[in-house]
Amino acid sequence: MGTLGLSHYLLLSAALFGIGVTGVLVRRNVIMVLMCLELIFNAANINLVAVARYRPDLAGQIFTIFTITVAAAEVAIGLGLVIAMFRNKQTVNVDDVHLLEG
Amino acid sequence: MESIAFYIIGSIVIVSALLMVISRQLVHSIVYMVVSFIGVGGLFILLQAEFVAAVQILVYAGGIVVLFLFVVMLVNLNEVNQVEYLHRQWAPAGVMLLVLVAEIGVLLWGNAGALTVAPEQAETVLRAVDHGNTETIGMTLYTDFLLPFEIASMLLLVAMIGAIYLAMKRA
Repeated sequence: MGTLGLSHYLLLSAALFGIGVTGVLVRRNVIMVLMCLELIFNAANINLVAVARYRPDLAGQIFTIFTITVAAAEVAIGLGLVIAMFRNKQTVNVDDVHLLEG
Repeated sequence: MESIAFYIIGSIVIVSALLMVISRQLVHSIVYMVVSFIGVGGLFILLQAEFVAAVQILVYAGGIVVLFLFVVMLVNLNEVNQVEYLHRQWAPAGVMLLVLVAEIGVLLWGNAGALTVAPEQAETVLRAVDHGNTETIGMTLYTDFLLPFEIASMLLLVAMIGAIYLAMKRA
């Protein structure tokens, strides 16, 4: 199988990022879109930690902790928006909310 | 040994992420998301980042997933399940995904070596204080990264107030 290098981790994180982006594009449920955003965050975190491991620098791991903090804040706000949207529109479908479309 | 663990955990992460995106039931998606998050935590352990792995399990698999479950139970699932759950353009989106990943892969595969600098020193850099990863992160976080750390606490406060305000019932 060969030795494990930085490329393996970067490729895995690229695949995870691609799956996340596809989920954001394809799913119609707002909650599902938020969950796919978390996948994208995870892909970025794998990149940061992998680079921190292969060019030894602790800053990558520290930055990952900050990224997780921002992800938690983003989920709290996003789910608050979902609840507000469901209360006003009685739907969680992204296609039903197009007031700004003109 | 390490590469076998990487391939097993990596395939678990990718397969559960794919199942999460394509499964119709929202609760099933959340279960697959937990599996994927725990797998990413395992990858962090492989990368000698034990503290980040613990934070990943606690915050993602513990906190964020519970938050998602709460909201899924607040909204009406029966009504949600009846509508078509994928966009009509899911096939072009999948093709674009394959093209994107292939492009990133081709660009990365030969050139990631330029990013790698003395990987054999990871043990000493990532465990500089008392041979522990947590101690080293703690020391760095409270000395070099003190200002970002405080700003992160402000961000959490703002997010908390914002979430409460958004979810509040208007009188």
